[in-house]
Amino acid sequence: MHPITTVHYLALSAALLLIGTVGVLTRRNVVIILMSIELILNAVNINLIAFSHALQNVNGQIFAIFVITDAVAEAAVGLGILIALFRNKETVQADEIDLLKW
Amino acid sequence: MLTDTILFYIFALLVLGGAVLTITRHSAMHAAISLIVSLLGVAGLYLLQQAEFLFAVQIVLYVGGIMLLFLFVIMLVNLDQAAKERQFNKQWLVALVAVAAVGAQVAYFIHAGLDSFHFAAPLVAGTPAGLGNTEQIADTLFGEYLLPFEIASVLLLVAVVGSVAMAKKRI
Repeated sequence: MHPITTVHYLALSAALLLIGTVGVLTRRNVVIILMSIELILNAVNINLIAFSHALQNVNGQIFAIFVITDAVAEAAVGLGILIALFRNKETVQADEIDLLKW
Repeated sequence: MLTDTILFYIFALLVLGGAVLTITRHSAMHAAISLIVSLLGVAGLYLLQQAEFLFAVQIVLYVGGIMLLFLFVIMLVNLDQAAKERQFNKQWLVALVAVAAVGAQVAYFIHAGLDSFHFAAPLVAGTPAGLGNTEQIADTLFGEYLLPFEIASVLLLVAVVGSVAMAKKRI
């Protein structure tokens, strides 16, 4: 078997990013759209850690920590918005939230 | 080296399998559990690459914190009706084509740049011997990245205030 290189991690990260993007673009349930965003952010982190490991430079891991901080803030605010939305519209389907649609 | 290879493929299977289940399940609760599997796989990949601190952060913060938040909201919001309805929107075919186009581009760029990913031997001499991963991160985070670190705390404060303001019945 071949040893694992940075390219393996890049390919895995790209696959995870694409799966997350499919989730964001095709699902109707807002909760699952938020989960797909977490998948995308994790794909970014895999990339950062792979290069951090390949270059033996810890800066990539610092960036990953900041990305995780962002993910936490985004999830907290996003779920708060979702609760407010459900209270007002009684739905969590993204395509039924079309007040601004012409 | 062989163990590393086998572990990588096991974790990759966990990550991708969990991700695919996350975006295809009807029930939001099943999707959340699949997402936990995926996040644990990512944590394993961090451990494989000697990022022990991030491994701990991933498990404590993602699996322990963010997923708990998701589970709370799933239980708070009534999703039974949504699980019975159509799961994918009308634009799913266009979305798949667009994602396939992006995937082809990424695959092409990774393939075209294959030779540039052979890095020189790691600069192990540059890092002081015996300094663990957590110490290295602390040195860099509280030295070079002190200002971004403080700004991140402001971001978290804004997020706390924002989420409370959003979820409150009347302000």
